[in-house]
Amino acid sequence: MMLRRWIITLLAALVALVTIAPLLWMLSVSFMAPGEASGFPPPLFPANPGLDNYRTLFGSFGIGRFLANSLLVSTLATGLALLFTVPAGYAFAKLRFRGRDATFRLLVAALVVPGQIGMLPLFLELKAMGLVNSYAGALVPWLAGIFGIFLVRQYCLSIPDEMLEAARIDGASEGQILRRIVLPILTPIVVTLALFVFLSSWNDFMWPLIILADQDLYTLPVALAAMSRQHVQDNELMMAGAVVTTLPVLILFLSLQRFYLSGLLAGSVKG
Amino acid sequence: MTGLRRTEEARAGWAMTGPALAAILVFFVLPAAASLFLSFTDFDIYALADIGNLRFVGLQNYQRLVENPLFWKAMTNTLLFVAIGTPFVVLLSLFAAMLVNSRWLRWRPVWRVALFAPYVTTLVATAVVWRYLLHTRYGLVNYLLSLFGIAPIDWLGSPTASLPAILLFVGWKTFGYNMIIFLAALQTVPRELDEAARIDGAGWLARLRHVTLPAIAPTVLLVSVLTVAAMFQLFAEPYVMTQGGPAQSTVTILYFMYEEGFKWWNLGSGAAVAFLLFLCILAVTLVQLRLAKRGGAI
Repeated sequence: MMLRRWIITLLAALVALVTIAPLLWMLSVSFMAPGEASGFPPPLFPANPGLDNYRTLFGSFGIGRFLANSLLVSTLATGLALLFTVPAGYAFAKLRFRGRDATFRLLVAALVVPGQIGMLPLFLELKAMGLVNSYAGALVPWLAGIFGIFLVRQYCLSIPDEMLEAARIDGASEGQILRRIVLPILTPIVVTLALFVFLSSWNDFMWPLIILADQDLYTLPVALAAMSRQHVQDNELMMAGAVVTTLPVLILFLSLQRFYLSGLLAGSVKG
Repeated sequence: MTGLRRTEEARAGWAMTGPALAAILVFFVLPAAASLFLSFTDFDIYALADIGNLRFVGLQNYQRLVENPLFWKAMTNTLLFVAIGTPFVVLLSLFAAMLVNSRWLRWRPVWRVALFAPYVTTLVATAVVWRYLLHTRYGLVNYLLSLFGIAPIDWLGSPTASLPAILLFVGWKTFGYNMIIFLAALQTVPRELDEAARIDGAGWLARLRHVTLPAIAPTVLLVSVLTVAAMFQLFAEPYVMTQGGPAQSTVTILYFMYEEGFKWWNLGSGAAVAFLLFLCILAVTLVQLRLAKRGGAI
């Protein structure tokens, strides 16, 4: 039994090591001197670890600008998504109004349609609205988050009706009930949803690539992809760029993983 | 009193769902429906400049696509990604989930987070990392293979290796997500059932086949439906790692749509590609559901 414990644990450790090895190597190579990583066998650790690549990135490449863009777009996307989807999710679960169930069934059906199907017409639509090549254009898809409505609705179903009825008898308006009674209960799922939207909008690539033409507006993934096409040989520099792009979300996930993993199950298995 | 409250409740219901529904209508439903309409027009760079140049062309876009060898190449590549990638990712995720679910495992949460981590990383960033890992001369992958006496493979430069190379990356990036879903399902399989089979002398493989798999069959279906949809939507991977090459061996449907629409500005033709992609995903999902129903999984 003891032996079995160690064998299984060792196997898991090995699989985990292989899984995170690319990320560790990315970090290690980002501290190497230019050209150091282009050798055989590939060096695992930098001979003289230094921050030169990061200096180049923030200096001559101006990656700070893209970092700020990504922070701005993801923060706004998160705020707007919450503003639009949380009240809707609650209303679909708990408020009685005509057409509610029929509308909700239509939303369920719409989930089958991948967002990319409408990308070309959406581009034309935003062009007509004058939103192409603007942050507003990049934010638009996050307003229409059906998944968020589902997640919040699922969570709201467990709120007892008596609680809401009692507040109504006390004379609270529907808006007050949402703000003072429901929102505090919803905190865990709101954190989860905020985390989902922030990570997805940070990592999103295809839509910002299409809608943001001006280089000054690029988010990190778009800027990194453009850079990687020009600097195929500068491995150390590209690894540093990858670290700057992915480390913020990785840290955010690690510090809030409990919310993330529980929300993932609520969204995919029960939903 | 109650009547009044009812009216207020209904009004609040529409007020709270209204903004979200309006956004979904304008930015999701309308564009998706317009895609079909757009695919029957010759919307191109001239129509972009002056809408007066727009003409209704019926099925011409579809006819041109059918005659376009690159479209068929993109279609075949994508179907290969779906056909090879789906079982690969599902098996990988199931293996990881069973390992992490093992009752003899210590420090379970640590391994679970480590295996999930690639999923939350930025796709473009890790694609850049993997492009380097798979480098013919300096890449770690070929170095490890060389330890076993295997000659260097030109992963991203040869038309036969490029597709498996991208699948390797996609598998690494996504298996953690499916693993979490499988883990939840595995935890509902009663330990006693497994124990009883063991006492009856059933081996590891027999228990997997007759106890575990039947119990988690609906989850296997769910994960494969999700994976098929994801495989149909590969775009950033070839964009960053191979730019569709070599010899167009990694041009996917979405990559083809992107180039049609935003490189050549053939928006009518691009919309036709988008609509065909939607039909493909729908068809494969329906077939999966039908097969599952016949097999008794749901």
